[in-house]
Amino acid sequence: MIIAVLSGFFFAIIALLSGKPIRKNMGWIPALLPLTLFIYFFSLLPALASGPLRFKYEWVPSMGVNADMKLDGLSMLFCLLITGIGTGVFLYASYYLKGHQYLNRFFCYLSIFMAAMLGMVLADNLVLLFVFWELTSISSFFLIGFNNEEKISRRNALMALTITGAGGFLLMAGCILIGSASGTYSINSLLASAGNLQQHTLYGWMLLFIFAGAFTKSAQFPFHFWLPGAMVAPTPVSAYLHSATMVKAGIYLLARFTPILGHTAPWNITLMIVGGITMLYSAFHSLQRTDLKEILAYSTIAALGILVFLLGVGTDAALLAAAAFILVHALYKAALFMVAGILDHETGTRHVGLLRGLGKVMWPVATAGLLAALSSAGVPLTYGFIGKDLIYEATLHAPSFAVLLTAVAVLTNIFVLYAGFQAGIRPFAGELPQQYRQLHLPGWRLWIPPLVLALLGVVFGLLPSLTDEALIRQVYTSIGGQGTLPPLKIWHGFNTVLLLSGITLVAGCLLYFLYAPSAAFRPLTDKWQHFSPEAITIKCSRAFLKFSNWYTNLFHSGYLRAYVSIIIIFITCLLGLKLVLDVKVYFDIKTNISGIRLYDAVVFAIILAAIWKSVSTSSRINAVASLSVVGYCICLLFVIYSAPDLAMTQFTIDTLTVVLFVLVLFRLPPFLKINDRKVILRDAVLAALFGAVISIIALEAMNEPTTKEISRFYAENAYVMAKGKNVVNVMLVDFRGFDTLVEITVLTIAALGVYSLMKLRVNSTTKE
Amino acid sequence: MELLLLILIGILYATGIFMMLRRSMVKLLIGLILLGNGANMLIFLLGGITRGKPPIIGETDKVLTGVYADPVPQSLILTAIVISFGLQAFAIVLLKRVHALIQTDDLNDLNTPDTSI
Amino acid sequence: MKSIILKTASNYLLPLLLLFAVFILFRGHYKPGGGFVGGLIASIAFVLHAFANGLQSTRKLLRYPPGAFIPTGLAISLLSGLAPMFAGKPFMSAEWLSIHIPIIGLLGTPLFFDIGVFFVVIGIALTILFTISETIL
Repeated sequence: MIIAVLSGFFFAIIALLSGKPIRKNMGWIPALLPLTLFIYFFSLLPALASGPLRFKYEWVPSMGVNADMKLDGLSMLFCLLITGIGTGVFLYASYYLKGHQYLNRFFCYLSIFMAAMLGMVLADNLVLLFVFWELTSISSFFLIGFNNEEKISRRNALMALTITGAGGFLLMAGCILIGSASGTYSINSLLASAGNLQQHTLYGWMLLFIFAGAFTKSAQFPFHFWLPGAMVAPTPVSAYLHSATMVKAGIYLLARFTPILGHTAPWNITLMIVGGITMLYSAFHSLQRTDLKEILAYSTIAALGILVFLLGVGTDAALLAAAAFILVHALYKAALFMVAGILDHETGTRHVGLLRGLGKVMWPVATAGLLAALSSAGVPLTYGFIGKDLIYEATLHAPSFAVLLTAVAVLTNIFVLYAGFQAGIRPFAGELPQQYRQLHLPGWRLWIPPLVLALLGVVFGLLPSLTDEALIRQVYTSIGGQGTLPPLKIWHGFNTVLLLSGITLVAGCLLYFLYAPSAAFRPLTDKWQHFSPEAITIKCSRAFLKFSNWYTNLFHSGYLRAYVSIIIIFITCLLGLKLVLDVKVYFDIKTNISGIRLYDAVVFAIILAAIWKSVSTSSRINAVASLSVVGYCICLLFVIYSAPDLAMTQFTIDTLTVVLFVLVLFRLPPFLKINDRKVILRDAVLAALFGAVISIIALEAMNEPTTKEISRFYAENAYVMAKGKNVVNVMLVDFRGFDTLVEITVLTIAALGVYSLMKLRVNSTTKE
Repeated sequence: MELLLLILIGILYATGIFMMLRRSMVKLLIGLILLGNGANMLIFLLGGITRGKPPIIGETDKVLTGVYADPVPQSLILTAIVISFGLQAFAIVLLKRVHALIQTDDLNDLNTPDTSI
Repeated sequence: MKSIILKTASNYLLPLLLLFAVFILFRGHYKPGGGFVGGLIASIAFVLHAFANGLQSTRKLLRYPPGAFIPTGLAISLLSGLAPMFAGKPFMSAEWLSIHIPIIGLLGTPLFFDIGVFFVVIGIALTILFTISETIL
């Protein structure tokens, strides 16, 4: 299982490295990967009937974070969608982007995305789920911004990443909260503690965080605006990520958490309200768009709204409807997107008003479009009809507000139907304009995938039992559906649901024939643009940019000493404040002091004098000489206070440093004579304060009792274990040998740096 | 003696910082070295200082007995001394390089702040 | 710095100092000393020779560029750490032979590790100093 998930990542690397063959004629090869995975998952489908499959992998067991995987109905549905539609999209993309300079990169991103998506739906651990969740956001960022030479692509990719990233961040908070509240990160074990979580005092926060993640990812109002923007991505991406899979990740999350956090009033009401608003808002917006992909984007948001809404209703019927509708929508929407992509690819435009009569030149595409549109409309005998039936069934029997909910659902479905017809039927109907006469059918890789998807929509519609027991019921059980509901059927007899379906169809068709999509209403809605969530987000980010600019300029003066001063002032103030407030400074004469002998005092005096000389002198040779005196005196201190190794090292290093200085220094100019008394005084005060703080801290540290356990260990074991009598050396080469190895490596790097700096020839330097 | 060392550490730190705040590159280097010495002394002092009993096991003994200087800070400082040599060498060469480029010892001439984006 | 006295002295001092450096290196495990100090003393010996006789003659004396000492030393240290792994022990666990040699004491992987450090330190100090003096003087 883990291989199935990770294969996408491996393949991504291979794809990245094999640019040439992919660009030439081997573009179809990447499609083999999702196909294989699809077959693999499909073969596991029968096993699902006897309960979910679980796969155990350890990751960070000490923190309760395992890479466990679980394949239940919900995961299976998503896996099949991801790999199945993935196969189509990979094929489609290989033709759509044929010869593109960065096709290999595209496949790399795409397979990373696929792997991340698979990992996310299979993860049985909140942390794992979160990691894959973020990976989908990141790969989506690269895919949206694939045409990275266009400004709008970069902007919209960034927007999508900002929104989904912010949501992901909150989701992480939610995962940690849930994990610490329940004591487990395993989703499977969370099912058992659902009751505890719902009673938890922080339940509201958990909901908030999970919702934030789900709503941003699934483009729910008010975070919907990144999705239409994401349509700048190449169409295969739109078909794959932004209709069938990634945007459904939020739905997946909500569905996954329905049995854990769901079935409470806050959960249901929030989801119903947000889903309802999203449905109506975006369905209404889709009327005003003339770009095929934008129409589809808004109708996708509407469909996602329906799903959130259904999860919000939360009855058994609603859960079943949601389970079925995920599949219904994925099938027709991916097909419609691909059709729109073909039109764009062949004619160069996506404007609904311009595309007409194309059915005559590319009939298989038209067939795919027609079937998908019919399914989206919910015409009887299609899978969409069954999906819509279930939705109405669910809203009609909702525990409260049944009529209102049904009205909302009917209205939305009318608009969705309209959008589907616009994309799937209008471009193919009517007279073929002159300029499109010479068009002909594109390669099979472009039109087979949408056709298969659309046909599946019909096949499943005619034979609902194909999907019912094996898949949809499994999904239904895994998202917490309990009651037994009647099987999916083509025909339910004459009842209210059928009446509502009829109303939807008739009203939608009327709308389609009477109202051509136009931007006529745009000025009206544009007035409100200033208050749209998108505008507000942009404003906020601008303000943030301004602030950080100001902040950066404030602290980044570019003067090294300004940086040093800021750091020193901060440390001094912070530590000084703490010292003044909390610490009693005293000097314990009895325990701390060891007598000052004459040579101590002499050495001390010499050091002081040397330091003074090195600071005050205006001659460089004096400064270096006094520095070396400081070094040698410290060396003496090491000798006196029983550190012969240190003394030897200090002595030799000091000698070498002097040589170094002598070599370099005379090529540097003499000290600048800058004697601003005020500045010197200011710096002196600052430095003195800092020195005082350090001294006091050292004093405090000395006053604290210390344990000598580590030293004792080395002292006792140096000879016994390491057969050495010089404990310091034994530590360096034996006990802490690894540190020393790294240290000499660091020194090597320093030497390399010196070597390359000196040997490097820069144009403006001539003497070297 | 601890008292003197405390004062010494304070002075080393203070002068080190003071020199780093100067405009001259060479003074910056001197400050760096003083600061390094101060840090070494700080570690040395906090490990506890002992006179005349190095952490070396006697000819006939198997373990260190009685009062002995702490070997842990000593090995830390030994490492630090050697590393600081590498650092000094690198810093000197870097300054030399910069000096060759801008022909001045004044750090102010080095100023190229990130201007607004 | 072409003083005859220094020149003559350095010719005698170089072997003496080098011998001293090696001595310090080997006694490091029992008495003050070790790879770091030994390496530094050896580099001082070469620097002194370079001061007296000119860089070229020191380079000739060394035969290999000082930079070559660094990878050699690193390799010795690393191998001494890796060697126990062939005996199925963890990385850097010390292994000792039970042969006692005067001054050096026991022969074991930590000794080779220290020898590696010795060479790396010589290589680094000489690389830095030689590079700088070559490009500047």
